[in-house]
Amino acid sequence: MEHPVILINNLNKIFGEGTANAVHALKDISLTVQSNEFISLIGPSGCGKSTLLRIIGDLTQPTAGDITVNNKTAHQARLDRDYGMVFQAATLYDWRTVAKNVQLPLELMKYPRAEREARTEKMLKLVELGDFAKHYPWQLSGGMQQRVAIARALSFEPSILLMDEPFGALDEMTRERLNLEVLSIWDKTKTTVVFVTHSITEAVFLSTRVVVMSARPGQIAEDIAINLPQPRNADTREQVRFFELETEVREALRKSESQKL
Amino acid sequence: MAKPTGFLSGFKPALYFLVIALLLVFAWEGYKLLGAPGGKYLRGTAPVKVGDERVPGPLCDSLGWCEVELPIRTDDRAMPPIKDIVLTIFEPPRRGSNDMLLTILFKASLFTLQEALAGFVIGGLLGFALGVIFAHSNLLERGLLPYVVASQTVPLLAIAPMVVIWLGGNWFSVAVIAAYLTFFPVTINTLRGLRSPEPTAVELMNSYAASTWEVLWKLRVPAALPFIFVALKVSATASVVGAIIGELPSGIADGLGRVILNFNQYYATGPEKLWASILFASLTGMAFFLIIAVLEKLLVRRQPVDLV
Amino acid sequence: MSDRVQKYSAPVVILVIILILWEGVVAAFEIEQFLLPRPTVILANLVNLVLLTPDPTAISMAEVDARLKANTLVIVVPAGAPDQFKSAVAAAAMLRLPVGSSTLLLLPGKNLSPILQASWFTLREALGGLAIGSGLGILVAMSTARWAVTREALMPFAIAVNSMPIIAFAPITNNWFGIDNPFSKMVIVALMTFFPTMINTVRGLTLVDQRSLELMRSYAANEFEILRKLRIPNALPFIFNGLKVSAALSMIGAVVGEYFGGPRIALGVFITQEAALFRFSSAWAAIIIACGLGIALYLLIIFAERLAMPWHSSFR
Repeated sequence: MEHPVILINNLNKIFGEGTANAVHALKDISLTVQSNEFISLIGPSGCGKSTLLRIIGDLTQPTAGDITVNNKTAHQARLDRDYGMVFQAATLYDWRTVAKNVQLPLELMKYPRAEREARTEKMLKLVELGDFAKHYPWQLSGGMQQRVAIARALSFEPSILLMDEPFGALDEMTRERLNLEVLSIWDKTKTTVVFVTHSITEAVFLSTRVVVMSARPGQIAEDIAINLPQPRNADTREQVRFFELETEVREALRKSESQKL
Repeated sequence: MAKPTGFLSGFKPALYFLVIALLLVFAWEGYKLLGAPGGKYLRGTAPVKVGDERVPGPLCDSLGWCEVELPIRTDDRAMPPIKDIVLTIFEPPRRGSNDMLLTILFKASLFTLQEALAGFVIGGLLGFALGVIFAHSNLLERGLLPYVVASQTVPLLAIAPMVVIWLGGNWFSVAVIAAYLTFFPVTINTLRGLRSPEPTAVELMNSYAASTWEVLWKLRVPAALPFIFVALKVSATASVVGAIIGELPSGIADGLGRVILNFNQYYATGPEKLWASILFASLTGMAFFLIIAVLEKLLVRRQPVDLV
Repeated sequence: MSDRVQKYSAPVVILVIILILWEGVVAAFEIEQFLLPRPTVILANLVNLVLLTPDPTAISMAEVDARLKANTLVIVVPAGAPDQFKSAVAAAAMLRLPVGSSTLLLLPGKNLSPILQASWFTLREALGGLAIGSGLGILVAMSTARWAVTREALMPFAIAVNSMPIIAFAPITNNWFGIDNPFSKMVIVALMTFFPTMINTVRGLTLVDQRSLELMRSYAANEFEILRKLRIPNALPFIFNGLKVSAALSMIGAVVGEYFGGPRIALGVFITQEAALFRFSSAWAAIIIACGLGIALYLLIIFAERLAMPWHSSFR
């Protein structure tokens, strides 16, 4: 049964509207995301994929068009804490321990102490950092910090997860491992994920759908369904079908670039 | 992965400090040795009394260095021997008094320290409040910050006579001076610290729909703590200086200011006492500073960053 | 309204409001003048003190009064002024003689009013101490840049001494160099400015980005080249920070150092004397001058900073 979680209609975003330096970042974006889908946004630099993600998260507002999240405005969804966000930089607060960092949203949402601690423990176990609860961020590697950020984003069990190139700063092996972890978490928590990435491999590996965007002004060039079997694992990347889908995405990207020209 | 610095490494600076202090003691006594008897001239260049005659000194004959005047006299009046300065602390300052100078100095420093502390707390709270206000109101910041800055260039200690007389010449007026000296650095650094978090850290808070109050207490204030402590360390020193100077024109008898003035007046009869009291005043300033530094180590637990 | 004008008008508006309130409150509550003088009174005093006063040995004030009553225009000229100057002034004055008056009286004034002389005296102490102290501070810091050990050894000591009330040593320097000798206060100012400058300079020389250092090493630069091309430019903002602190301290050190004793013609002594005589408006006027000098020194450093570091982000 169709269960649209995010509905975007003819969305436009212009930075510095009316001034000489106006930048048309997003043009006529229409996108529907169903419940429990895993959507990747991929495109050349400056195509507006991060901007689109931030509009969904109500961290910035569209200039025209509308967007509905969970049948509400994006603004209301944010106030209702419907989503968790993971940025490219882990953005952990360096005066808090790992556990306290995970608890940050829970504190703000006024969860009672016992429940905060229980959820934190569960989340840290989920990302396999249970032993590091009392450590400080600067004692952890980049990959570990990012896992803490994921634990933090999930601690209040949002129905939507927004991730903005969370593994961009990490090495390939760590990245592949974390991809597996994200998939396992997605499978367990049944969240809806919108994932921004530069990497074609990552997009194909993780998603149920890959949305290819064109260069500025960003538009949706193609929407490719990824019908690889679930649950995916390390072997999935070596399947022929995987390679075919990667090629499809790559060609869509190339086409979107040449169309601009 | 970085390891937290060990416990013993905290002692290294103290060790270096002692080494240099000892070097200074040697330099002091060494310089004194350079002086001819009488203290005015370099040893060997002053005329020497042989029998009833005054003969030019040996260096005068051989090198032509005659009557070379030293920049600072080396007699015991101008430069009391270190031994005397230390010993005088354990004796009563004058006949008829039973207390050691140490006791008197100790009581006086406690008194002054209390004044400084009172002012420090008031000034610190005021500075913090101003910092928070300025961080949240551009209008107030633009209007008032220039004056906060200008207030720093007022030779405040010059106002000390007036403030003290206005407010009655008691410990409170001295505390006000200490407060004045504290509030400026704390304001500036609080403002800097409150604004220091990266935009992504603030966005994280926004994504949690955190209120301004929550952002303040959960993000900005903790981020500001290292900056605030830098200011507090400066202010600790400034409060003690302010307290001592503030006491000078007032009638306050119990503080270090009066003690220093007294021994200054009676310099001729016991220069070591003036030195001892000034060194004690210095120790008081340092002690306050160290207390704040220790507090900082306890409260600000994170990767050590050196902030200017 | 342009952005710049807007930026400067806010503090000016607030200053005006404060002054008006100050004047109003004192008038309305009839606060004793010796407790809190009105701004207009202070200003009048300031003008009085700063302008040339007639040399009392040349002519008595009573005589001047009498002449003024007889509609004589009285002009005070600097005592050392050349004759051409006096003639020029006389000629110009002729054109402005009040109706009915027929005489012009030129009075020789003392070269500088006492408060200006005192300000100059104290300013020299501050400048001298600042130059010596910060100059030495920078030099010592540069020499420790090369060897980490000297730095590790000196820094704790410098930080500790910086936390002492150095001004308390004023009685000692007075005894060593003489109360009336400006050098005794210069030493205090030098001590007060040495440590902040040294500490800031050392920080500037050492807090260099690790990657920049590695870049230099990849060019096989020797330590001296690294010092010249990387550490010193990196240190400039820190040095100026230290200089700004020192500039503010220098005037304070000079004025307060004089509280422990100084010649009559010194600003700190002037302030204490006026305060002791309850002549607060003139004490305030002197403080305003001391303030102004402190600000001027600070602005001087900022100006120098802009010349030396046009590339710095705070000026873009």
